[in-house]
Amino acid sequence: MAETVMPLATIQPPQSYGRRVVKRFLKHRPAVAGLAFLLLLAVIIIVGPFLSPYTFDGQDFTLIGSPGPMTAQHWLGTDELGRDVATRLIYGGRVSLAVGLAGAIIATIAGTLVGALSGFYRGWTDAILMRFTDVMLSIPTLPLVLLLSGLFRPSPPLLVAIVGMLIWMGTARLVRSQFLALREREFVEAARALGAGGARLMFRHILPNAIGPITVAATLAVGSAIMLESALSFLGFGIQPPVPTWGNLLNSASSWLSVAPWLAIPPGLLILCTVLAVNFLGDGLRDAMEPKE
Amino acid sequence: MSLGYVLRRLFSAVPLLLGISVILFSIIHLAPGGPLDMYTENPAVSKEALDQIAAAYGLDQPVPVQYVLWLKSMVVGDWGYSIRTGRPVLTEIVLRLGPTLELGGLALLLSLVIAIPLGIISASRRGSKLDSSLTLASFAGISIPVFWLALLLQLLFSVQLGWLPSAGYKSIGGGDFMDRLSHIVMPAAVLSLATVASWSRFIRSGMIDVLNQDYIRTAYAKGRSERGVVFLHALRNAMIPAVTVIAVDFATVISGAVITETVFAWPGIGRLFMESMDGRDYPMLMGLMMMGSLGIIMANIIADLAYAALDPRIRYG
Repeated sequence: MAETVMPLATIQPPQSYGRRVVKRFLKHRPAVAGLAFLLLLAVIIIVGPFLSPYTFDGQDFTLIGSPGPMTAQHWLGTDELGRDVATRLIYGGRVSLAVGLAGAIIATIAGTLVGALSGFYRGWTDAILMRFTDVMLSIPTLPLVLLLSGLFRPSPPLLVAIVGMLIWMGTARLVRSQFLALREREFVEAARALGAGGARLMFRHILPNAIGPITVAATLAVGSAIMLESALSFLGFGIQPPVPTWGNLLNSASSWLSVAPWLAIPPGLLILCTVLAVNFLGDGLRDAMEPKE
Repeated sequence: MSLGYVLRRLFSAVPLLLGISVILFSIIHLAPGGPLDMYTENPAVSKEALDQIAAAYGLDQPVPVQYVLWLKSMVVGDWGYSIRTGRPVLTEIVLRLGPTLELGGLALLLSLVIAIPLGIISASRRGSKLDSSLTLASFAGISIPVFWLALLLQLLFSVQLGWLPSAGYKSIGGGDFMDRLSHIVMPAAVLSLATVASWSRFIRSGMIDVLNQDYIRTAYAKGRSERGVVFLHALRNAMIPAVTVIAVDFATVISGAVITETVFAWPGIGRLFMESMDGRDYPMLMGLMMMGSLGIIMANIIADLAYAALDPRIRYG
């Protein structure tokens, strides 16, 4: 009797969801490059200020008057007040990224809450919340944020809240549609039969199943928040000097465009690369977490 | 599509506009300070004169009363008077609408003419080097800050090369076609870049979905050329997913490209908004914001109607 040997080696254990996500993500080269860029940027803006011999508002009084060129002491030159541009860029990065992250977190929490309540309870709750979402979507975003920051002159934390409260609507609609579909599934019914209440059903049972699209939306919201804050600061309505952000650095560079063009390149390039990296990251996460079979 | 549906959609915009107006009115009128700030510091303006101005604009009334008064006159087409210039809000808007329509119209025309072919090429050469380069380029186009792009163009074409005027609507004393064209080129290019990038993506994905369908295979099978298949059979259906985005972008651009108009000193609606911000011109700000919101709502309605026109399977009851 011939012995049949099972080819054990070819049977692979099923991979966990997390491992498959990581594997798919690593195949998305732009996303990996984006993540690498963001990590590098994070290191630079965290460590940079400690290594720089200058402070963001420290002035070299011998260089005051007009912007100074790039030298060995000042790698990216100095501004018209004799401040080191490279140091201000690094500090500006801290502010811009902090606003981006915090704004995105606020938008994601607000959007998830509105979408979850809307999709889970349906009926009147849904009608009221979605009409409110429609209202917010119908007001032009940039003029509205200009209006709010111009009239109220908010402190930086309040500005972050304003930015966050103007970009949650996409997330809300997304979470709502996820909840509408998921609430009909058997596992939700089972949990309900076991006596789980509304909050437990929503956040313990349904929300984890919608985490993929929410993560993608949250990532892309970081890009929107950074862009919105930069535009605001560029127009002079955002974070006010002497605190530097990439937006207000461009604002001051714009008045020296013909004299000191080197001031106008780095802040914009950093905004472009950061937002691009965030968008690639979001794209990669989408491919990794919501694969289209 | 029935006339009843169109009317119902238009009617559904009314509560939306009411909600928007309440939110905007509250924001504008609850903010600290006011349009009369510039007089209160001025010793030449007496308290009585100040009260008179406030009364003339209704600023002495409680905010809810001001809102009701504003709403009443808004409905009959009286959008109030600009505090900065004293002229009717609608007159001011109409005066500035021309340059904005010129700039926005040109930018949107450019966007359509460039985005549609790019989307089609990307979709029909899916996975090729060209497609991936266009994908990268569109990501860059969406991620580039418009104000920086504007500065770079000014730096290159005005400061370095001296080919184009850096800002303005026309030269002093000038204003012939070439002069106007040289002023509009850069702002129109800046304005269209982001829309080209996003529209070409939507057209690409719409095109890919459509090209995989059976009726396209049928069209090839009966011997149509690729060009014929793409333009006669696929394009119309591939445009459907892009319609809402295109419509809303239209509305946004027409209601004033604040950043582009500011950087290029373009005397349109966006500049008017920024000037009104400086003067805290409440009636003006209210009018501009309402007009922008109305534009976005109308664009959404038109997009829904365009769906039905493009796709006979969609029926609205």
